[in-house]
Amino acid sequence: MISEHLSEGTSYLHDFDPRLKIIVALIYSVTVALLTNFTLLFASLVFSLVLVTWGRLSIATVLKRLLVINGFVFFLWLVLPFSYEGKTLFEVGPLAATQPGVYQALRITLKSNAIILCLMALLSTSPTFMLVHALHHLKVPSKLVHLFFFTYRYIHVIYTEFTRLHTAMKVRSFTPSTNIHTYKSYAYLVGMLLVRSYERSKRIYQSMLCRGFNGKFHTLYHFESKPQELVSAAIMTVFVLLIAIGQWIPLGKILTF
Amino acid sequence: MDTSRKNTDILIELNEIYFRYRERPVLNGLSFCFCEGERVGLIGPNGSGKTTLFHIIMGLLKPDAGELKIFGQPRRKEKDFTEVRRRIGFVFQDPDDQLFSPTVAEDIAFGPLNLGIPREEVLGIVSRTLDMLGLKGFENRVTHKLSGGEKRLVSVATVLAMNPNILLLDEPTAGLDEKTVARLSKILKNLDTSYIIASHDKEFLQKVTNKLYKLQGGKLVMVDS
Repeated sequence: MISEHLSEGTSYLHDFDPRLKIIVALIYSVTVALLTNFTLLFASLVFSLVLVTWGRLSIATVLKRLLVINGFVFFLWLVLPFSYEGKTLFEVGPLAATQPGVYQALRITLKSNAIILCLMALLSTSPTFMLVHALHHLKVPSKLVHLFFFTYRYIHVIYTEFTRLHTAMKVRSFTPSTNIHTYKSYAYLVGMLLVRSYERSKRIYQSMLCRGFNGKFHTLYHFESKPQELVSAAIMTVFVLLIAIGQWIPLGKILTF
Repeated sequence: MDTSRKNTDILIELNEIYFRYRERPVLNGLSFCFCEGERVGLIGPNGSGKTTLFHIIMGLLKPDAGELKIFGQPRRKEKDFTEVRRRIGFVFQDPDDQLFSPTVAEDIAFGPLNLGIPREEVLGIVSRTLDMLGLKGFENRVTHKLSGGEKRLVSVATVLAMNPNILLLDEPTAGLDEKTVARLSKILKNLDTSYIIASHDKEFLQKVTNKLYKLQGGKLVMVDS
């Protein structure tokens, strides 16, 4: 299910104003996603690693999450090196791996790891509901914020409902196999989950109406950014600016290889 | 009906309410009168219409026929129920339907904030309500990670925070252990709010109410306790 282990630690980044973290994470991710220069990509990866160290994240959890991302990246390595035209590096049977292909795969690998590490350091260090509040304060359309929040809140309830139904099936000797009975039973399970979720959403709405809900959400807490946090956020933003300059302003040509 | 009572202290008056669910009649000409200071228990088997009755009082369901008078005013349209919902607190059967905010404090604050109470005051209400229910220090607990009993008590808190004139509780003891039930009865006995409790736990109702009705054949019948 949704685990929030990383948000439970203590570090400077954990206490950091989530609004600033979201802004920095956003501009950083977009910039890194557009980089093509290898020096800058490596610099970004180092920057992300510094952030992760700063947030004192559990190495085991970080590696586990990286493994998921790199699972997808692995498939790119199977295809990309052989899909570009250019100087041949090596051959596997009839397929030729080209230099531009390998470079492209390497770029994507660096980008995705740098971005994920940064998101882990900046976003996973805040509990989900703090992020929700921050989004709210950043004036993200409230429909989107509520959609995100209610999904988070009730996915747990729906999961519990799923386990309950699934256990009820198991105790009546249901063993999944490849036959129509299994498919049918699973279809019923999913159907029942849908119906129950719908019913529940109706009840939640009713309970909100009963407490005077009129379409507007009020927030109880306000955020405050300490001056020190503003400075840290500014430094991170300067880094983003530097890599952007390095990538797109011609004077960075010296760096290209 | 008690004739000595004057109209002033009648809070809820239901007259010949009919309600059918699909083709099945649930309430069949039900009449009911609820006065200030009363503590009423509703007993009845599953599907007898206890929840339906509550939903009708809160305006979540509209009766097929019959008259509703709450706080001295007839209530028909959705708009008529805005005041009703502000002054009657309804505790749902499943706390997971009620607790949707991330933290306990925010869930308790939801109602008072909707009523337009300033934020600083709401924070005071939150801690006072938690104190009253013996849940001191629960402010920042995550609602979906609470135990069943804690969830129940917090959902009562979310409603009490709105300082209602009447409390409606739908099966409040469902799924609770003896200790939590005892805790809940103690809390209810110490309240100075009038309330109606629907339950099929007769023993519990006899402890916390002073008037008992049975929902039978879509009507309310007084039970001698």
